Amino acid sequence: MYVAVKGGEKAIDHAHNLLARRRRGDTRQAALSVAQIREQMKLAVDRVMTEGSVYDPELAALAVKQASGDLMEAIFLLRAYRTTLPRLAVTSPVNTGDMLVQRRISATFKDVPGGQVLGSTYDYTHRLLDFKLLAEGEAESDVAERASSEEPAAADESVARCPRVLEMLNSEGLIESAKPENEQPGDLTREPLDYPADRATRLQALARGDEGFLLALAYSTQRGYGRNHPFAGEIRQGYVAVEIVPEELGFAIDIGDIELTECEMINQFVGSKDRAPQFTRGYGLGFGQCERKAMAMALVDRSLRAAEFDEERDSPAQNEEFVLSHCDNVESNGFVSHLKLPHYVDFQSELELLRKLRKEFEEHGSNRPAAKTNAATTATEVTS
Amino acid sequence: MNQPAQTIERTPATEQPVLSVRNLTKLYAPSKGCHDVSFDLHPGEVLGIVGESGSGKTTLLKTLSARLAPDRGELLYLNSEQQLMDVYQLPEFRRRQLLRSDWGVVHQHPQDGLRMRVSAGANIGERLMAVGDRHYQQLRQRGLGWLKAVEIDEDRIDDNPSTFSGGMQQRLQIARNLVTHPRLVFMDEPTGGLDVSVQARLLDLLRNLVMDMNLSVVIVTHDLAVARLLSHRLMVMRRGEVVEQGLTDQILDDPQHPYTQLLVSSVLAP
Amino acid sequence: MNADRHEHVSSEAASPEGYNFAYLDEQTKRMLRRALLKAVAVPGYQVPFGGREMPLPYGWGTGGIQVTAAVIGSDDVLKVIDQGADDTTNAVSIRRFFVTTTGVDTTEKTCDATVIQTRHRIPETPLSEGQILVYQVPIPEPLRFIEPSETETRKMHALQEYGVMHVKLYEDIAHFGHIATAYAYPVKVNGRYVMDPSPIPKFDNPKMHQSPALQLFGAGREKRIYAVPPFTDVESLDFEDYPFEIQSWDHHCDICGASESFLDEVVTDDQGGRLFVCSDTDYCRTRVEAEGVQAVASPAKTQEVLS
Repeated sequence: MYVAVKGGEKAIDHAHNLLARRRRGDTRQAALSVAQIREQMKLAVDRVMTEGSVYDPELAALAVKQASGDLMEAIFLLRAYRTTLPRLAVTSPVNTGDMLVQRRISATFKDVPGGQVLGSTYDYTHRLLDFKLLAEGEAESDVAERASSEEPAAADESVARCPRVLEMLNSEGLIESAKPENEQPGDLTREPLDYPADRATRLQALARGDEGFLLALAYSTQRGYGRNHPFAGEIRQGYVAVEIVPEELGFAIDIGDIELTECEMINQFVGSKDRAPQFTRGYGLGFGQCERKAMAMALVDRSLRAAEFDEERDSPAQNEEFVLSHCDNVESNGFVSHLKLPHYVDFQSELELLRKLRKEFEEHGSNRPAAKTNAATTATEVTS
Repeated sequence: MNQPAQTIERTPATEQPVLSVRNLTKLYAPSKGCHDVSFDLHPGEVLGIVGESGSGKTTLLKTLSARLAPDRGELLYLNSEQQLMDVYQLPEFRRRQLLRSDWGVVHQHPQDGLRMRVSAGANIGERLMAVGDRHYQQLRQRGLGWLKAVEIDEDRIDDNPSTFSGGMQQRLQIARNLVTHPRLVFMDEPTGGLDVSVQARLLDLLRNLVMDMNLSVVIVTHDLAVARLLSHRLMVMRRGEVVEQGLTDQILDDPQHPYTQLLVSSVLAP
Repeated sequence: MNADRHEHVSSEAASPEGYNFAYLDEQTKRMLRRALLKAVAVPGYQVPFGGREMPLPYGWGTGGIQVTAAVIGSDDVLKVIDQGADDTTNAVSIRRFFVTTTGVDTTEKTCDATVIQTRHRIPETPLSEGQILVYQVPIPEPLRFIEPSETETRKMHALQEYGVMHVKLYEDIAHFGHIATAYAYPVKVNGRYVMDPSPIPKFDNPKMHQSPALQLFGAGREKRIYAVPPFTDVESLDFEDYPFEIQSWDHHCDICGASESFLDEVVTDDQGGRLFVCSDTDYCRTRVEAEGVQAVASPAKTQEVLS
């Protein structure tokens, strides 16, 4: 029972107990381990890491488990945990050009140096439910068989050092070069958003932003609400090294690899009286395999640059305040769900007011007791 | 609309100009915008800016009305205390203050100049409330007075402008601007989009208000008939440049520049 | 992936769960305190701050929690209310959070508390010097309903362009004959900034004026902090001929008989049965205990409300 007057303490305890039981489900089924989630629900884990802003597959998998598979709840758990982490060092910018590529495609050229690498993708699967998976425990031999039929062997699947597609255009001057506006990007997690935001800050917000929201906005630009004629210049996914430069050492050391997905869009060209026409860019990046998110992000990034190119801004995806203020699902989820909290004091105030107004309406037969004015006294204004 | 109008008596130019414009330039691209515009506007004077669409009229009006910073040039305003103010050197809050007290802007589309979701009375009262009026009944009285002055039925005071006709919306927009007795009013095609009989009524109303309140006005229009009826002086623009300026009758009856000649013959000739 | 990798550094006495005192790390608290100092120095001005994700959802008091976490010390006594009551679910949840992360004493008595975190009410018992009232704020911007753009509203505050606030009040009177804003009623602080007092009923507005207590406001999702220092003018916007007035009831509290407190309406059955009881549960109980006030309602009904 939802108790507002008295007994809140007890009610919360009971709700927590019930939640724990529901989360576990039927105990005749084996409990899901965090490792199983991490290994077998990788795309869920990757989304939670990206929007949760923490690269840690184990914690993300734990969050998915604890949240009963509700990814927004899992993202929230990871974000709250992030608040408590001390900041030990700031890494150097990662170089996605040096990525150990597992997947890399370009839609703008038939072939590119380094080749098109399809990698693991659902793209060309036929979306037919595979009833073999329904059978208890998929046949391990099947998977092993698929692995062994692949050439080359699993360890060599990835391709090192593919030159970036957009850099080839850049060397010809056909596309704007991507230069950071300032050397020291802002930090959205330490400083509140300030409008207008610079591009680095916008990209941070988009990277943490809700995949569904960005996807819908990106789609709207394709349907004409802020159209910017995109081509998927390059999408790459793989591992990059993370480096820090400890003050006491003075040189960079490698502290590990993280998996990233990056999308570089090539967009409509612009020129002006003092600039030759060039293609423009949209950029997307996220943790793990998050191709849909990275593409949507790149489209929205480009549409948010409308002011920079003096484009008309009349669509939602071009409105920086609209997009950035509403893209974070921890914020939006919290505020929408807070309507569940008691609001009876405010409601009481409205109730009293409404009763009073209705009473007056019945007494006066009108809504506007104050609107009765003597028009005869009003004609002097203009001439005075 | 094409009936010859009686020209308004021109205020003697002995008084100091209320607005002095020197070499004002705002260009988006070559010949897009306005280039090197200079003129003086005296108290009680109405200046018409004419030219075809894309000639830079609206850009010039925005720049003149402190809403679009120029690339270069000077905009000097003489306030009611006879102090000369360099408008674009003022801090932004002083400019915004000017725009809601001493100055008025009448937009071509009433929805740009009105709050469509609040009543006519609140629309008229807003500028008064912004400068500190805090008496509801007095605000209401002035609202009613102004509705009468712009020939809107006083019963409509609590109705939203979205329920008004185009002509009424435009008159309400004028009332909303004039309620603080501004000295300088900028109008962008105030009769655009209205049908001819409605235009005539609005022009007549405007002409009387301008005379009664001794307003200085800059009015942008592509309609030479409107220009002839309202303005003392005319400025003809083409591709961002002023090609000719002078007394309205002089320009319309004896145009010197080939473009003006073309404009006048194409509009006024039967 | 070792478990000890996820342990925390704590600069003060560690709380039972291994988190820092009041959850936030000391650097974050310092950032918050700087924002609070600025807020106190410019009453009613919304100070942007680097809000953090808290383990409670946005919209559920994260701003208030961060403010409380920044000002609370181990010898403070905390009271948490929601809708005026100490035992509403959200109040319980937030109080537990601070008990867990700070170990401070808590109280339901308004006069015993040094820090009171509230949602939607100001206690009926007058506050005194040295007390801090922390408000949870959902939307800090009083101009938001007129102007959705943050860039524009900040400019309007800076230039004191507040005419539109009265447009709203004018419309209320024109259409209803009254100012029809019942809660989150806008105020002007110290004669300068127009401020949203958070969604408290306008009944509570007069309590803010010249209050001896320090009033702090935290909006977590919107990342804004603002403040009303002790003994500051807080004026509710109105017209000269339509002055601000507060709600009044035809009823008394059915439990303690109070006639001057904010009353909640409790629906007792589906036959139109109603009880009116103080929204401030501590105030109501204190009156019953101290004065032995006879309940006006039947004992059975009172029991129902209290159980």
